[in-house]
Amino acid sequence: MSKSIVSESQKQEYAKIATHFRPRPRLWRNIFWAFIVGGLICLIGQFILHFFLDKGMDVNTAGAATSAVLIFVATFLTGIGVYDEVSRFAGAGGIVPITGFANSMVAPAMEYRAEGLIFGVGHRLFTVAGPVLVWGIVTAWAIGILYYFFR
Amino acid sequence: MAAPKKIGLQTVYFQTPPVIIAAASIVGPMEGEGPLSKYFDKILSDTYYGEKTWEKAEQRLMQDAMKKALQKANLQEKDIDFILAGDLLNQIVTSCYTARAMSIPFLGLYGACSTLYEGMAIGSMLIDGGFADRVMVAVSSHYSTAERQYRFPTELGVQRPMTAQWTVTGAGAALLAREGSGPVITHATIGRVIDMGEGDPQDMGAAMAPAAADTIKRHFLDTGRSPDHYDLIITGDLGAYGKILAEKLMNQNGYEVSERYTDCGILIFSGSQDVHAGGSGCACSAVVTCGYLLEQLKSKKYKRIIGIGTGALLSPCSIQQGETIPGIGHAVVFEAR
Repeated sequence: MSKSIVSESQKQEYAKIATHFRPRPRLWRNIFWAFIVGGLICLIGQFILHFFLDKGMDVNTAGAATSAVLIFVATFLTGIGVYDEVSRFAGAGGIVPITGFANSMVAPAMEYRAEGLIFGVGHRLFTVAGPVLVWGIVTAWAIGILYYFFR
Repeated sequence: MAAPKKIGLQTVYFQTPPVIIAAASIVGPMEGEGPLSKYFDKILSDTYYGEKTWEKAEQRLMQDAMKKALQKANLQEKDIDFILAGDLLNQIVTSCYTARAMSIPFLGLYGACSTLYEGMAIGSMLIDGGFADRVMVAVSSHYSTAERQYRFPTELGVQRPMTAQWTVTGAGAALLAREGSGPVITHATIGRVIDMGEGDPQDMGAAMAPAAADTIKRHFLDTGRSPDHYDLIITGDLGAYGKILAEKLMNQNGYEVSERYTDCGILIFSGSQDVHAGGSGCACSAVVTCGYLLEQLKSKKYKRIIGIGTGALLSPCSIQQGETIPGIGHAVVFEAR
């Protein structure tokens, strides 16, 4: 690897200055809005769940139906360009719920549509969600093995 | 024998200073809502610009900027000796694809967001060296094509840190000529690539500030000038925080610049536009220079300006492999005539 013409001590000195002037993230504001928006999404989910339970579904079926409705709504909002504005503002509040997962699938699908269905959408659909899926599944697998031996 | 037109280590001066006979700037809707809107030749109403993809829209932006510059100078394609153009996309495709529609010899450049200044420096060398009568320099960038290449799909919901900058959608073109009327380019200081170990692609101002400060220092050492020689010292796209760092470094080098120093990335947007640290991208320094700055020189509000185009020379791959971000700054001196 090629080395920089700048010495390590110069780099360290600059890093101090850069850190000193770098603005802090607006942590409390971000946490507050993440709580409000994320909580609101969960609240809406709860209403939908109860709606399905009232219609006579059992808990498992109603849960799946609720997820489907939330995913549809998030997908739709991504499609009309609203969801990214919500998450930009709400941060983790928009990213953590299942709606954020839907957004992370639809956004690349829209983005890479111009490159065709197979090598555009097909190839890139999981660019954002892929790492979450792969390591989520690997973790579930590891926990499953532990559970098998130590339950 | 030393090169006759080179002074010091990194600066060249032009015996017959090339004239910027025309310049054009086109911007997207958001830039059109910014404080400099009246200086731009055209403001798009939507970022697709009537095309199917943002990449095609960016090509059309660059092509229209070039055509507008030709039209302003009342010249034809055959009157231009070379096009020097560059952009941010892989293999500088915007420039290459735009050039296929122009029957002018083409040299592609890549200096990230410093490309306009790199082009003006090389274009001036071509003209003063006697290799060309007229050279077109053009660059472009597009928020959505840059986001897709460097960061995330545009519709993905992500929260941007306060240091993040907003890629300017737009294109700028400048026509340099041996003869004519307009502001002239008297000097250029070619930057060294400086990497201070900053690795956050969401804070490119911090990565580029040392390169800008290094080039400015070198310019003053090479020419024997001081900051008060210039009415305005302006960097390309350091943004609000990068500007603070550059100023700090210049002070450390013994140059007091505060009153006469600003940054194109700060000028192009207003604080209420939610762009965090300011504008970036090739078009940031390009539309501010081709629109606003040259107009200030023509009206003699400023007589001498030194502009430093700044570039962060990263790729998504280099960042993912844990590399830090090298920066560059090229300085060009403009004088009103």
